[in-house]
Amino acid sequence: MAKYAVELKGVSKHFGPVVAVDTVSLSIGDGEFFSLLGPSGCGKTTTLRLIAGFELPTEGDVYIDGQLQGETPPYRRPVNTVFQNYALFPHMTVFQNVAFGLEMQKVSKEEIRQRVLAALEMVQLPGMENRKPAQLSGGQQQRVALARALVNHPKVLLLDEPLGALDLKLRKAMQLELKALQHRVGITFIYVTHDQEEALTMSERIAVMDRGQVLQVGTPEEIYEQPADRFVADFIGETNFLEGQVQERQAGEAEVVVDGVLTLYVPTPPLPPPTLGRMKGGAETRQGVTVAIRPEKISLHPQPPDQRAVPGVVQEVVYTGTDTRYLVQLTDRTIVTVRRQNVDLGTAVSFPMGAKVYLHWQPESARLLIE
Amino acid sequence: MAAQPRSRRETWRLLFLISPSLFWLVVFFLIPLIVVLAISFGQRGTYGGVRWDLTLENYARFFDPLYLRIFGRTLVIALTTTVICLLMGYPLAYFIATRPPRWRNTLLVLLMIPFWTNFLIRTYAWLLLLRDQGFVNAFWTGPLHAVFAQLALAVPLGIWEPFLQATSAPLTLFGTDGAIIIGLVYGWLPDMVLPCYAAVDRLDYSLVEAAQDLYANRLRSFLRVILPLTLSGIVAGSILVFIPSLGAYVTPDLLGGAKSIMIGNVIYSQFMSARDYPFGSAISFVLMAVMLVGTLIYFRLGRE
Repeated sequence: MAKYAVELKGVSKHFGPVVAVDTVSLSIGDGEFFSLLGPSGCGKTTTLRLIAGFELPTEGDVYIDGQLQGETPPYRRPVNTVFQNYALFPHMTVFQNVAFGLEMQKVSKEEIRQRVLAALEMVQLPGMENRKPAQLSGGQQQRVALARALVNHPKVLLLDEPLGALDLKLRKAMQLELKALQHRVGITFIYVTHDQEEALTMSERIAVMDRGQVLQVGTPEEIYEQPADRFVADFIGETNFLEGQVQERQAGEAEVVVDGVLTLYVPTPPLPPPTLGRMKGGAETRQGVTVAIRPEKISLHPQPPDQRAVPGVVQEVVYTGTDTRYLVQLTDRTIVTVRRQNVDLGTAVSFPMGAKVYLHWQPESARLLIE
Repeated sequence: MAAQPRSRRETWRLLFLISPSLFWLVVFFLIPLIVVLAISFGQRGTYGGVRWDLTLENYARFFDPLYLRIFGRTLVIALTTTVICLLMGYPLAYFIATRPPRWRNTLLVLLMIPFWTNFLIRTYAWLLLLRDQGFVNAFWTGPLHAVFAQLALAVPLGIWEPFLQATSAPLTLFGTDGAIIIGLVYGWLPDMVLPCYAAVDRLDYSLVEAAQDLYANRLRSFLRVILPLTLSGIVAGSILVFIPSLGAYVTPDLLGGAKSIMIGNVIYSQFMSARDYPFGSAISFVLMAVMLVGTLIYFRLGRE
């Protein structure tokens, strides 16, 4: 068995003057749930199509199960795809749709019957064999598309925003179901999505893409807690960005002055800086940097808990159910978002609009981004 | 919507909207059709005209071997024309529909440009091409014959003899069924291409990719996915070509000469030369019945 289910080595795809995928290298492990995450037009779908064989790379090589694919057509690759719009054959029944791949591989009639019924059972659609796709709901169509791909026992399953067309509640349920299914069948899933929450929920590892490039590859926790650059920090979750200048660099820590009035102390990233992403340099003195802090990592206090607490004034209070968002203006006039979970509503100190507060966070919660 | 009972007011509004076309169809299509049907049961007057002694004789006369043979040939010509149009038109339609959008309109316009010229003139142009002293034969007995003559001089082997022989006399093109088919295919090809184009254009290409993703090679994805999903275009195109080919009059009249005639020419001559209106009407009705039955069968095939 090959070490990696899928490997991309320096793969680029150009459409005329447009560079859709720019020297992407990825190694996706056997049985892994791997997500390609990025905004629309970032090249994630093209990357998936390069693996499926619908597109051929302009440069670089695609390996599936250790085999160099070259110009192998899609119908000879050991991968199957769940398409964004499901692409179910409208003139065939559910059974015929799911049986299609097996039929093309000349599997015997009896085995086709058994495997198709088992696959429909697996996606919880028994008894629907004779329906046409148009007679199914969106969620059911999605399951048929999944069964149609999985029935072939592919080496790798490629999923192109498969839950995009479903409503929020169904999407959440399907996320968990897909993850459980992947666990059960043990097939490598490569999952394309623009929904960062979906990627965080489901994936073992995520590749964040922008403008054809992979900016960071890591576990959901790494991506969220240690974003490689400003784009990743901004795209995944919510982040406050404070732009400033390095005043002084001490051991493992930089003193950053924002707009000449606000001083923050931020741990410097380990050197040399990560090779992925677009980060440059190592927080030299006078260098312009960005400090990123997640809203939920900031706590609010009526009195400064220590000398590094940052003063501000509450501008706006927004109650959103599970938590309350405070928009706090700092002395340099930048607005910082703070999220407070709504536990102990009765006893917790509340901060009305206009209240003077002190912002505090653990030093390692702030991340220094150098562009 | 459709299940709800329509208010009386809405019914009147709809009637008002379709009244111009309804009027047109009743006055200029339905009534003349009934007149022709009535005439088909009459008898030819001594000096032309219609005698109203009702009879089925006109329909019986149609089954005379003479007319059956012409009708059989008409069917073969129309079917051949349809098949050739399909074999040429479908790939062309597929080619156009899969070009980048900016090319598609240009290609469709190029397809239509010849048809801005009058049909009679275009058919007459084919006459100039195909007749014994026409352009095709001028090339055949001229430059092509000369090339073979030169080759025979340069390479003095016996192999050129049959070619020299063949190109020494003009080909008989004009006045054959082949000439009629060429003219009909030329005339009706766009009617095949356009519905096929519309069907291929409507086809969701991700379905083709899905088929290929599921191990179907190009041929199999065509047969199992593309063809069944564009069948409606093929059916529509075939009917649009078959019906006018079956009733063709101008093309066989100009390109078929005196030797090769179709049922349309027979109808024409019954009305215009033989002055046998009842028989001409009866043939027209048999032809319409055949078209109707053929179309219904074909539609049913297309739906399955």
